[in-house]
Amino acid sequence: MSRVNLAAWLFLAPALALLAVFSFWPVAFGSFLAFTDYSLIRDTHWVGLDNFRYIFDNEMFVTGLKNSLIFLLMVPFVQIGALGLAVLVNNQLPGIRYFRAAFYVPVVTTVSVVGIMWGFMFHEQGALNYVLTTLRLVGAPVGWLSNDSLALFAIMFVTLWRGLGWYMVMYLAALQAVPADMQEAAILDGANRWQRFWQITVPMLRPTIMVCTILSVLAALKAYQEVDVLTQGGPMNSTFTGLYYAYDQGLKHLKLPRALAASFVMSIFCIGIALLCLRYIKPKHR
Amino acid sequence: MKTITHYLLLCAIAVVCVFPFWWTLVTAISTEGNIFAFPPTFWPNQPSFDNFIEVFKAIPIWSFFRNSVFIAACTVFWKLALCSAAAYPLARMHFKGRKLVFGLILATLVLPSEVNFLVNFITVTKLSLVDTYTGVILPNVVTAVAILLLKQAFEEVPQDLIDAARVDGASEWTIFSKIMLPLIAPWLATVGILTAVEAWNEYIWPSIVMSKPDEFPLSVGVLYLRGTFGSSTRVIAAGTILTILPTLAAFLFTQRFFMRGMDGAVK
Repeated sequence: MSRVNLAAWLFLAPALALLAVFSFWPVAFGSFLAFTDYSLIRDTHWVGLDNFRYIFDNEMFVTGLKNSLIFLLMVPFVQIGALGLAVLVNNQLPGIRYFRAAFYVPVVTTVSVVGIMWGFMFHEQGALNYVLTTLRLVGAPVGWLSNDSLALFAIMFVTLWRGLGWYMVMYLAALQAVPADMQEAAILDGANRWQRFWQITVPMLRPTIMVCTILSVLAALKAYQEVDVLTQGGPMNSTFTGLYYAYDQGLKHLKLPRALAASFVMSIFCIGIALLCLRYIKPKHR
Repeated sequence: MKTITHYLLLCAIAVVCVFPFWWTLVTAISTEGNIFAFPPTFWPNQPSFDNFIEVFKAIPIWSFFRNSVFIAACTVFWKLALCSAAAYPLARMHFKGRKLVFGLILATLVLPSEVNFLVNFITVTKLSLVDTYTGVILPNVVTAVAILLLKQAFEEVPQDLIDAARVDGASEWTIFSKIMLPLIAPWLATVGILTAVEAWNEYIWPSIVMSKPDEFPLSVGVLYLRGTFGSSTRVIAAGTILTILPTLAAFLFTQRFFMRGMDGAVK
């Protein structure tokens, strides 16, 4: 091995060792355990597809899978909303810093606190219902988290609320990298605001939009922490997501193989959708 | 006129973002009246710190606080050390297997690593790290995002500096520790602050590894209030405020580091 090779691997070794143990091993060993009846108290046996048959017959997991796909509906809202926000704060208006900070604050808030705060907000006698009934947008207070056809959307809203600021900063950074002279040249050519946005800004932002969309799709598929702190899967199991099922079975019911089978299925979804995204959202004008 | 509508729009969105915090704060410092009533109180009523004092009486919040600081500090230190060491060769050295290693690191972003803790708990048990802070910290030390950000930072250092040092006969280690690390110090600060906030906020993994309540970090301990004080919403709100205060302060005072962190991630 050459000197450079040796040095490089020495630099990488500690990090790779930890990644191997805590990132790759869980995927590899977890995938294996998904096909067994592993438990801490007895010998492990290969059971083939039994765990998968079980979870696909299980109403909670099937609902969870469906809900994880419904979560994907959020992606355009998050991305368009975040891009819009970034455009709104991409200027030097007095006090703009404080607005950027305000939009980002939900991102740095721990999810357990988010759960408590939005629990207050969604309360039947809470602030949200007060505002909505006062504005006559709803006739009577709504049980956001206790109604089985609404709770999932309430959770999706909270993840949107938590995610917007993060993507906003990504887009803001990209917007600031768009050369000003391109905009000026377009102004001289008589392009209006709208044309400049679609003809210059959006094409320049294409790589960022691609990365953010993929991250957002993956985040939507993997959502489960908000479920845990807001509804714990209820009411009537209507807010299970694919990973929440894995979390619930693995941690609360100690059914590890089932949990890992669910996580295996979600991995396949994530890989498949990431590949699809990479194929269809290729940068065009390169 | 245009500017006014612009500001109105900004204000409307800011209210949606910040209102839950405000209402929680109002709930925490008010002592009178019903929390859930129409119309709700949007302004403190008989303000006092009584609810905060209740929190200190109900849970060992100082220990939680200390634990959180300890976990965050160790995670930051080890992450900066190991991830910058890993990022350096990926950015500046041509070695066999570089593409493969880089691809593997990227792959961890795609897979649902959120549930790695299911198997990691078995690993931590086998390594007898249950109930230790080492067990809490280790799995969070190396992350793809940190490596990618620092790789980006190393790539921005001019090649001349490295070449000059090589001509002078400096070893790779000297170049890395004496030349490269000081040059990317602002990026180390960025990754450090992002990591500190992440470590502070993490709640599932520490709640699995640590079993004694005294050893919980704040993010886990605060949920204890819901258990012991199921009825007193105001005390829960006060605990919530105490939990987020440090991260909010860290964020507000170091805003530019957060904004830069994302800047690098885009590239």
